[in-house]
This record gives sequence, structure tokens and C-alpha cells, in this order.
Amino acid sequence: MSLLAFANQPDTQVCLWTLKHPEPSSLATYTANGGYEALKKILAEKTPAEAIIAEVKTSALRGRGGAGFPTGLKWSFMPRAFPGDKYLICNSDEGEPGTFKDRDILRFNPHQLIEGMIIAGYTLGAAVGYNYIHGEIYEQYQSWERALEEARAAGFLGKNILGSGWDFDLHAHHGYGAYICGEETALLESIEGKKGQPRFKPPFPASYGLYGKPTTINNTETLASIPWIMRHGGQAFLELGKPNNGGSKIFSISGHVNKPGNYEIPLGTPFADLLEMAGGVRTGHTLKAVIPGGSSAPVLPAEVMMACTMDFDSIARAGSMLGSGAVIVMDDSVCMVKALERLSYFYFEESCGQCTPCREGTGWMYRIVHRIEHGQGRPEDLDELLRIGDNIAGRTICALGEAAVGPVASFVKHFRNEFEYHIAHKKCLVGA
Amino acid sequence: MPLIEIDGKRIDVAAGSTVMDAAYLAGITIPHFCYHKKLSIAASCRMCLVEVEKAPKPLPACATPVTDGMKVQTRSVKAIAAQKGVMEFLLINHPLDCPICDQGGECQLQDIAVGYGGSASNYHEPKRVVKEKDLGPLIATDMTRCIHCSRCVRFGQEIAGLMELGMPGRGEHTEVMPFLETQVSHELSGNVIELCPVGALTSKPFRYSARSWELSRRKSVSPHDGLGANLQVQVKDNRVLRVVPRENEAINECWIADRDRYSYEALNSAERLAKPLLKQDGQWREVSWQDALEHVADRLGQVRAAKGPAAIAGLASPHQTVEELYLFAKLLRGLGTENIDHRLAQAEATVAAGARWLGMSIADLNALDRVLLVGASVRQEQPLIAQRLRQAVKHGAQLNVLHAAGDDLLCKVNARLIAKPSAWVYALAQIAKAMQDAGADVEAALAAISGVAVSDNARAIAASLMSGEKKAVLLGALAQNHPVAAQLHALAEAIATASGATLGFLSPAANSVGAQLVGVLPGPNGLGAHAMLAEPRVSALSAYLLLGAEPELDAYDAGAAAAALRGAEFVVALSAFKSAALDYADVLLPIAPFTETAGSFVNMEGHLQSFHGAVKPRGEARPAWKVLRVLGNLLSLSGFDYDTAEAVRVDALQDDFARALDNAPAESLRSAGIPAGILETAGWKPALQGPAEGLERLGETPLYQLDPLARRSPALQATPDAAAPLVWIGSELLTRLGVAEGALVRVRQGAHEALLPVRRDDRLAVDVVRVAAAHPLTAALGARLGSVSVEKA
Amino acid sequence: MLSAESLAQIDHELTKYPADQKQSAVMSALRIAQVELGWLSRDTIEFVANYLAMPAIAAYEVATFYNMYELAPVGRNKVTLCTNLPCQLQGADKIAEHLQAKLGIGFGETTADGRYTLSVGECMGACGHGPLCLHNNHQMHTHLTPAAVDKLLDEMK
Repeated sequence: MSLLAFANQPDTQVCLWTLKHPEPSSLATYTANGGYEALKKILAEKTPAEAIIAEVKTSALRGRGGAGFPTGLKWSFMPRAFPGDKYLICNSDEGEPGTFKDRDILRFNPHQLIEGMIIAGYTLGAAVGYNYIHGEIYEQYQSWERALEEARAAGFLGKNILGSGWDFDLHAHHGYGAYICGEETALLESIEGKKGQPRFKPPFPASYGLYGKPTTINNTETLASIPWIMRHGGQAFLELGKPNNGGSKIFSISGHVNKPGNYEIPLGTPFADLLEMAGGVRTGHTLKAVIPGGSSAPVLPAEVMMACTMDFDSIARAGSMLGSGAVIVMDDSVCMVKALERLSYFYFEESCGQCTPCREGTGWMYRIVHRIEHGQGRPEDLDELLRIGDNIAGRTICALGEAAVGPVASFVKHFRNEFEYHIAHKKCLVGA
Repeated sequence: MPLIEIDGKRIDVAAGSTVMDAAYLAGITIPHFCYHKKLSIAASCRMCLVEVEKAPKPLPACATPVTDGMKVQTRSVKAIAAQKGVMEFLLINHPLDCPICDQGGECQLQDIAVGYGGSASNYHEPKRVVKEKDLGPLIATDMTRCIHCSRCVRFGQEIAGLMELGMPGRGEHTEVMPFLETQVSHELSGNVIELCPVGALTSKPFRYSARSWELSRRKSVSPHDGLGANLQVQVKDNRVLRVVPRENEAINECWIADRDRYSYEALNSAERLAKPLLKQDGQWREVSWQDALEHVADRLGQVRAAKGPAAIAGLASPHQTVEELYLFAKLLRGLGTENIDHRLAQAEATVAAGARWLGMSIADLNALDRVLLVGASVRQEQPLIAQRLRQAVKHGAQLNVLHAAGDDLLCKVNARLIAKPSAWVYALAQIAKAMQDAGADVEAALAAISGVAVSDNARAIAASLMSGEKKAVLLGALAQNHPVAAQLHALAEAIATASGATLGFLSPAANSVGAQLVGVLPGPNGLGAHAMLAEPRVSALSAYLLLGAEPELDAYDAGAAAAALRGAEFVVALSAFKSAALDYADVLLPIAPFTETAGSFVNMEGHLQSFHGAVKPRGEARPAWKVLRVLGNLLSLSGFDYDTAEAVRVDALQDDFARALDNAPAESLRSAGIPAGILETAGWKPALQGPAEGLERLGETPLYQLDPLARRSPALQATPDAAAPLVWIGSELLTRLGVAEGALVRVRQGAHEALLPVRRDDRLAVDVVRVAAAHPLTAALGARLGSVSVEKA
Repeated sequence: MLSAESLAQIDHELTKYPADQKQSAVMSALRIAQVELGWLSRDTIEFVANYLAMPAIAAYEVATFYNMYELAPVGRNKVTLCTNLPCQLQGADKIAEHLQAKLGIGFGETTADGRYTLSVGECMGACGHGPLCLHNNHQMHTHLTPAAVDKLLDEMK
């Protein structure tokens, strides 16, 4: 379905353009269309790291993993002159419900990610990079390792890359089933062979990262955007999107649309246009609600969402987050209690258990929502849910606390009547 | 120095401090669970959340670095709300079974819940239940009470050096546990009990025996190893029911070894000797103190009259107090004998220039850059010294080892020389030679080392010792017990001097230093312990006076010692227990162990620590200093009129006793021209030429066989460390013998032998047979570091 | 304990990390061991820990934290169905019912013949293609329908 969807997309694709070619993932396809040219140029001209960072800053590229942190700024934190080992990490641990863009980059354009990581490694002074790949996509772990072999064979990785005298290598690290490892410091712990439990910050990875060494961690889509930026210039990337929201962005649309899939479109595109691209709401139904940025993002009612454009600032103004660009569409058949129950279970199941509010609070919230869904709710439960959420949010080591609270608070806020109906009537308002 | 304001108080704090440190300085208590000053920062319990100006969210005080001008509020509305919120979460799955919890009354969760918890719970969901874990005989668990602070896990990783406990699972299913089908067995394991802020980990022997508020708390000092760990002895109804650490940063920090913690069980054991016993016509009879002591005085007088005072010998345990040891030596000298010693485990009665000691403070160990451990099984000998060395290594120190076994010290070892005991002199000579080769001024040429072939490991150790600033060469119990201990000592000193290291002795017993200071050593023409107990007896000893000593276990050659005592005409044992002395003694006098008497110990750093009795002596047991006082009076000796232990101590140790601490080799060796002279003395050269032929025994004192108390603690004796001794040999020897692991083998030392199961250990030096000493099952064997044969049983 | 081939794979993983960071390979090593032996027994975990010179309890922590490791035997074919919200919206509930009815077992259970185990999964990062499942952790099947499920199950020996 997604393959079909790409055919109709505007010609502004940064990451998934290879889908227009018969063998999208091949090294030949990539190099025949300008692939690795940016790297060659940088190595040949010995482009200063500062210049690359400046270009990335110009592009207004913001982290595509969910937090939207400006990439150029993040790179500038790396103590490049620090003697000894430094690391670059790509975060392909994509497990936020609704998000499935990085898997397609790995599937369809692995070399652009590799080139992006090599340029990043060069810029950050790292000698080794790791790509942490989500446990459930073993096939992409294998295929990306094959792509690495191709890149090595072509001289893009290893010792003395392209005769530049510079050494750099990349490896894949395979996860094995833990959403929390998408949190960057949990990911570091996981690469170190431990439970994926987030670290308290400070210190930040830029000073104390993998094995205690300076480390920069970027999302797959972020790093895959780098070669495009270096090839076409930061300004061109910026102009794809809108100010402070540079570039195209892959939106992963799932749920009740006729054509779920990935759509790489300029930031700032109206949600209505994106919805139309995805074939519109499931035939015969009307739009009820949208989670615009992955399951952690607060849900927005249809009318609010229809007024939004798809960029960081617009969605934030509407009270939610663009996050990873994962758009979960729900039509009028959805019971919001049941939907929240499933999301609450997810956060309860995926809490690492390290810090008290999340370990204890996610289970508490899930059990209350579960009771409501199963006809055992009590009138005071809704305020209790909000109170528990207040005691979790902002008091945990990592953002999973907030992520667990976001759905609960927003579902109750926007659809309180459904929850109250469930409590009062021990059954669902939808279809009642 | 950053200036910060905390709850309105402005204070300067050191750069790099946390808000928690600053609060402590300001005298402000911030509630916390996972934070512990000796452990890494987890920042996971979230109880210490405080409000920091300009920070959008409350921050954990334990992990938040101070910055200049920072304003912190620990009791603001926002801070209290955060703290109360965390407390609610901690309590929703906590059993709230305080009335039946051993931690009740001394529980951090209970205490903090009083301030931050609600009076009723809003939690109406099912509560978590966690399956119990079996951690072994020392630690009881109620894992449902666990609040996941991870202190116990971090203790294992960071202090014990061995990750025995972990937190498998995820989310609320995370559980503290050891690896499947294992228990905890580390020598410091019991410290997790104090670290646990709730009743999840408690003392198993103590369980359900008292409520914490029923216990009286008395200060005391550990009678076991040379550290002198500070203890708090907890008492109810005149019984010691629990022993916990008393914090002393300079000595034991906030820890104690399991040996310190659980040996108290022996105090209440049925083996305690309750009344004086007298053997008459081969039968033991309970007699009055008066009769017993008069009998002892009469018989000693008879022996002296008949055979002369030199026929009397006295052996005292270095686990006895300064006061007891002083009067013991005084009594024997009053009788006219110089056959006095406390070094039962030592083969060589070396003459010392002064009292051997650590050579530095215990706390200095943490700051060392370079260490050479010579013949030290330090995890058994002084578990907390091993811990301090581990911390030093963590901070970059290089630890080097000379031993007969490449044991895991639970920290990185820079270089090891693993050689059989008879080769240790040669091994040290290699190090000295390597230092000389590298340009060090190894004292007085050491002509004899010129031909020594230097191994790579010796060179690595030499290089290590020649770098760094703060260094020590430390001699452990095996080096002190060694048949050529004086030679090891002299060479170690030469190495220490040439490298600028401090030479130190790791005192094996609580009062090893005190015993030396008060003269429990042979005088002119007196016999040392090994000679007193030698077989065949080289002396014409007829009477033995034993103070707390159990020579049939403690002696360097236990088999010989037992034979010597059985063959003696008259043996008096002052003992807290009905010991093996029942087999060889004529009189048993019940004395009070350390909890039942006032007394003092001088620890390995030369620190005098006095304590009072925690309970009344059990039965008719009496403090040994009082027994010796009466005996002295009955023997009409002068200088035995003391009313208090303190008065004895004033006579025993002058204020400036520390001046007698001296690790220089014996004066006789010095005057012979150390070390050039010593090289000419008999016994040196053969050793330098390399190891003797044949198998050698490595006989150490097991962790829980150090002294009479440890030997009789049921909990300690149930641990893996107290398991029946095995014969450990290398694969090559195992193959040569043609036996399978686990099979019984016959171990022989001269006429002595024992049948024991054999096990493989390829970390042993070639030709080393490791068989524990000081254990009833190996007591029939001979010299701890003597030659040995092993054959198929 | 493990075949030469598995050990070679673990050794390959070890080449990715600094020499003093062997523990970094524990996740891969446990995965490789599980592929060979079907699940991770106590002895297997201990073997892997020893191979990587790390405490056994630390390896056990890893084995219990990541939910694709099996700590008890499972059927020859483990079918892990994602039931998270996007898949649920796209019909995962019906597939769940169909799987259970077809195999006569619930989630977390194994058929009596040891052929199938059903398992509930969390988000697999392919939501647009749901409903979807993993076969033995490593092979993803997307766009599931009852008919597609029947065919898939038949192909699993």
C-alpha cells in the first residue's frame, strides 16, 4: 500500500525518493542518483566540521525522532577536540505506536543513511558509529548489515576512506524488544549490554555517552537527511519546509484511512491535504480524532486537527506534538476508552521500572482504565487518573512518564463524556 | 566555590557537589531512599525531588550538581507535592505490614511515610506480590516489600566487587534476586541489610527475635580480624541478639564483614562453657572457681618445682584483649618462663624490632597508587581491607600479587606472581632484581640476586612499584606464617625501601598488634609457639596454659600441636567454649568473650579501641583478666591487684605505645648486615635458588575458622565459605593422580593424613595442593605450608 | 553448549565493540543462542555470561528485560501478533480471535503438538502495514487477513 502511495507524492522527497526506482535499496540506484557525492566532496575538499554544522543549522533540520531538537545545535555540543574515543549513534529503535518511517528508510534507502552517518562521524570526530535497530525488524538489521558490506567494499567505510586518510566504521546493534531503548540514554545502556534503563541527565551524552565517551545520537530520518542537505545546501532544505521547520518530513499514517503508509511531504502541509493523500477517512465513516505525533502525543479531536498544518509549531499550538510524525487516525467507530486502555497497557508494559512514579504510576493508570473499559469504573476514577498523571509527569528520569500521561490526560480531557458514559452504563457510548 | 541558597540558608559548597551534599552541609534533611553516600547515584526513587529556581520541573537533590547562585527549596509547596506524590507511589504496592515486619521501628520507609505519606490509601487495585528469594543462611527476604531502590545491587557491583544480586525483569515486574539457583555468598553480603531502606532484606538469624525498640545498643569492637571494625551490639534480656556496624570512616566506614555481624550467635551457643571443669581420674567434673584455681596454682607450682619454670608454656589467642594478654604474659613471666607466644599459626618465631603493623593508617589504603600483596588471602583475612584495596584500584591503583593461587580479588590485578610457597623468596628476589635492573637502588647490592632469572610478571610488578606516588608492600598471613618469614620480610623491606613504598603487615587478628605490644612473645631463651607445639617435642615442656587459643586448629602444624598437648602433663585452658581441650586439658576455666567483659584491642593501624561489656557473663564465666588476677594472687605473684580492666590497660600500654610500632626486620638480622649479610645465612640460598622439589600445601585459615566465635556461629557455618574443606589441585596433578573431580584422595604430611574430596583449580601454582588449615576435618594434617603428598584413596 | 557456528556468530558480534566491552555483545549472543536452542535456559544464560566474562545475573537481567527472549520452551513456530492501537484499528482484534480459534490456544500458550505458540507483541514499527505478526521473532508478515493467516500457519512446519 505504501509503495503505491509514494507514486503520487510531490517531488520533494529527501529520504524515500529511491522508491521511484526499480531497485530502491541498491547501491547502484543510490550512486546513480548522486549518492555518496556529498561525502566524496567533503573528503576531497576536507570541508571543516564547522562549515558542515553551519550548513545543518541553516537547514533548520530538527530531530525526526520525536523531540524536534535542532540537529545543528546538537552537533555543536559534541566536544570534537576531546582526545580519545567518540561515538556517533543512529537511533533506529522505532517502536512508538504509529511510527514506521525509519523501517522504510532502512528498507528503501539504506545507503543514504550510511552516507549521512559517515558525514556525521566526520563532522563529530567519531571513529565508530552504531545503528541501533528495533528488535522486531530483524530483516532490516540483516539488510542494513548487507548494505554496510557494500559500502565497505566500495571504500566508503573502513580505513583510509576514499584515500582521505580518515578511518571510520559503522556497525548495527540489534535490539530485542524494549520500547524504552528508543530513549537515547537507555539505548546507550543497551549497547553496553545492560537493561535499557535511561540515565539521569546531566551528564548528557555529548560529554558522557557510550562507554562514558562523548557521543551524539540522532534519529534515522535525521541522519538520512544529511546527504541531501550537503548536496543541495541547507537553504534548499529549509525552503522545502517553512521557517524553523526545515525540510520535508515523513508522515506515517495509520488507523482508519483508506491508504495507510508513509508520505514524505514538506513540513507545513495542511493536515487535510495529508489526509487526502492517504485516501481519506475509511469509507463510510467520519473523522473522530487524531493522534498527530505517535502514541505519546496528546489526542486531538477532528475539528482541531483539521485546522492544523503538519509542522512542529502548528501542532504544538493545538496542544499536541508533531513528535515523530506518526499520525494515528480514528474514525467514528472507535471507543476512546478501549483505545486508551490499549495505549495505557503499552506504557505500563514498557516502563523500565527504574524510577518510582513511572514504575508504579503506569500500572495504576492502566488498571483504572482497564476497570472502566470492563464496566467497573467509579465516578471518582477520572479525576484520580488526572491526579496520578500529575504525580508522574515531570518527576521521572526520562520522558516515558510524560509519554504515558499524555494519552490519559488528553483522552479524558477531550472525550470525558465517553468515559463517564462507560462508568455510568458499564458499556460503550459508541454504538450505544 | 559555588555559593548557593538552600531553604534560605546561604552556603559555600565545593564545586562538583550535589544539592544533597549542600543540604547535608546546611543541616537540612531531604528524604531519600536510593541515595547512599557510599554508592553511585541512581536518582531513581525520586523521593529527594526539590524545587530549584528556574528549573521547570522538580529535580532530584542527589543527582543535581550545584551551580553558583542556585536557589533550592526543599520544603516549598512544589517540592513537598513532588515528595508526597512519590511517597504515595512507593506505598501503593508496599504491604504496609509493619506490625509483622522485622524492619518495623527502624525502617526508612516507615519513618519518611510519617512525614510524607497519607493517612489512607487511594489505591484500590490489586497489590503486587513478589515471590520470595532464598539468599542463603544470613539474609532473610520479604521481597514484596522491596521498593526497588537498587542499593543492594549497587553494593554488590561497587563495594563487594561481585554482582550477586541483580534486578531482572522490567517495569513493575522487576525483582531483586540472585542468579537462578544461586544464593549470595560474598564475605560482606550482610551489609545489604542496613542498606535496604525497608524490610525486604533483614537478618535471618535475628528474624522475629525482638522488636528494634526492645533492644539496648552497646558500643563494641570486632574481635575477629586486624581491622577492628566498630560494632554496635544489640541486647535484649541480657542476650546479644544482633550485631550491626557502628560507623567509623577511618576504620570500617559504614560496613562490617559477615564474620563481624554473625559470630555473635556463638555467644548464645550450647557449647558455651558455663562452669569450671576439672578432670579427675579421667572424668570431667564441675567444680567451684575456688577449687579450680587452687588446683591450677598447685599443679603449676608442682611442675615448676619439679622441672623448672622453663617446663611451663603459655599460648594466647591474639583475639583476646590487651588486658587479658598483658596479665597472661605477666603471670607466665612471674612463674619464671619465657615460653610465651600468641603467633600460633606462624612457623618461625621471628624476633622483631618492634610490633609489626600496617605501617600506615587503614584509610590510607584507599589512596594508594601501587600495592604489592605478598602472601595475603585478603578476602578471607580482612574482608574490609580487600574492599578498601578494591576502591583504590577503582581509582586507578595498580594491585600486584605474589601468592600461590591466582584467586579472584574482585578487582583488576595489574600483575601476579603465582608460585608455590617455597618459591616466594625467589619470587621476591626476582622483583628486587628487576628493580635493580631498572636502575633502582635495591638496598646493599643484594649480591645474591645477581643470578636471579627475572620473569615477565616480576618485571611488571617491579615496573609498577617504581611508578606512582603512594605505594605499599603488604605482607599477609601466609607470608607471616611462612617457614622463612624473616627472609620474605627482609626482601619485602628491601623492595619497599627501593621503591619508596611503605612496608606493612596485615595483622591477622583483632589484637595481633596489642599482643606484641604487651609482650605475648617469647623472651630470651623462650620458645615460640611453633617450637612449643612441635612434634617430636624439642623441649621438655610439661605444662601449658592456654588463653582462648585452640592450638589443635590454630597452630601452624595442627597435627603436631594436638599430639604435643595430649602428651603434656598438665594443660589449663581458659576458654569460652567446651572445646577440643576436653580431650587434652586437665582444667577448663570458663572465660567471658568480648561482649561480656571490658577490654581493648589494638588494631593493625595501631589504634587502641576500648569497649565495655554488653551483657553479663554467661553462667559462671568470668572475664579472663579477673581469672588471671586471682590466679596471680594465688601464685603469690606481685602486680596482680587490679580493680578494673582500665587499670590493667593503663599498666599494659603506655600513652606512647605507638612508638613501639616498627616494621623493620629483626635486629639480629639487621646487625648481621641486612640484606647482604642475610644472604649468607643458612636457609636463604637454597630458597633463592628456586623452589624445592615436590608438592607443597597451601593451608590457609578459612573465613569462618578464624577464631573460636566464628567457628561456632551456626549461621556462618551454614555458608558456602564454611563448607567442608576440599583438596584443590591443578589439572596436571589431577591427571597425574588419575582421579576424577569429587573423588576422595589421601593427603599425607609425614605421619599425618586426611581423606578429602579433590577439586580442580587451575589458578594454583604448579605443585600446590590447597587444603585449608584451622578446620576440624584437616586438623590431623601437619604444616600449613609444608610438603605434602596426595594419592588416590 | 552452543554450536561452532553460533560461537562464530557471537565472535563476529564481538568484533563490533571495543575489546574491553565484551558485554556489549550479550544481546546478540543471547539471540544467537536462542535461535539455536529455541529458548534460554538457566545454563544457556550462564554459558553466554561466562563466554562474555560478565556476571550471570547481569546476563539474566538482559534476558528478562527485552521481551523477545524466551525463558521457557516455546513451540517450533512462535507467532507474535501486534495488538497495539494502530494495528487494533486496522483489525488486529479479529486476527487475534481467528488465531486463537484456529489453533485452539490462547496467547501465551503452545499447541499440544509443540508446533505453535501464540504471543502478544508490542509495536513492531510497521503500523501502516497492520495487522501484522512476527514469525519466530525474525520474519514479519504484514497485511494479515484470516485467509492469509491460514496460509501462513499451514506453511509453518
